[in-house]
Amino acid sequence: MFYGTDLSSRLMLGTAQYPSPQVLSQAIAASGAEVITVSLRREGREGGAFRDILKAAGRRILPNTAGCHSVKEAVTTAHMARELFGTPWIKLEVIGHADTLQPDPFALLEAARILCGEGFEVFPYTTEDLVLGERLIEAGCRVLMPWGAPIGSGQGLRNIEGLRSMRAHFPGIPLVIDAGIGAPSQAALAMEMGYDAVLLNTAVARALDPAAMARAFADAVAAGRAAHRAGLMPRRDMAAASTPVFGMADLA
Amino acid sequence: MQIELNGERIETGAASLDALVEERGHDAGSVATALDGAFVPRPLRAAAMLRDGARVEILSPMQGG
Repeated sequence: MFYGTDLSSRLMLGTAQYPSPQVLSQAIAASGAEVITVSLRREGREGGAFRDILKAAGRRILPNTAGCHSVKEAVTTAHMARELFGTPWIKLEVIGHADTLQPDPFALLEAARILCGEGFEVFPYTTEDLVLGERLIEAGCRVLMPWGAPIGSGQGLRNIEGLRSMRAHFPGIPLVIDAGIGAPSQAALAMEMGYDAVLLNTAVARALDPAAMARAFADAVAAGRAAHRAGLMPRRDMAAASTPVFGMADLA
Repeated sequence: MQIELNGERIETGAASLDALVEERGHDAGSVATALDGAFVPRPLRAAAMLRDGARVEILSPMQGG
């Protein structure tokens, strides 16, 4: 449950960097994503077409504060987004580092505290830091979105053990891997580890065939989730024969 | 009067923010506005008066990840 909303698709899709509005529409449809992320910007040439796509897609909108580097910028952007999209949901990004685009944990926490206090339902883009996660929850966040790897890098889950710890540490909090996913196998792994959803953009938008890649991610996310629910076997260091020895012929 | 709209200096005859939104041809409901770095909700645009050198942002839904 994401702030009381149950989603049947656990893939959330970004809407940037597609080669054309048509391809974006096809990718949204193929992904089966119920949640798509958008930004607020000075209107460019394709602004009207983009609004039409959002309307036609009919998906739940998760506006972001991408590009914001300060509390004030992020909070103001969130206010503007709430009015424009009519949703309390906000993907809160407060960027702290130009090369890694990792969040500024101090500004993130302060902005989260302000926005939660104003009734926003905050989806904070964070790291796998457990203490920061706890502080964000104390601030009122009911979802955490740790990065898999730097935004747009396609490196997948760069700190798998850290992300496992995070999953174990926050059993009751919906956790979404946001950023860094490059391949469906990485998304499947996140879901197998018990993550509740995966949010990605570049891996689909920059694929040779974005709609086909969106479908591949949808399948991977569904498979990973089904595997987690089915209960994965424990890992072993040594082999353990699966075929019984009992009844084997003496052929030596 | 000269103001800065979305980072560009423009000449406008609009006295208030809602008049500026209309002058620029925007549908009032499909943009969000800020004046001098502060959010101005839709119902307050009419009362938000522009002055020479004001910094206005008119933002729209755009692609994002």
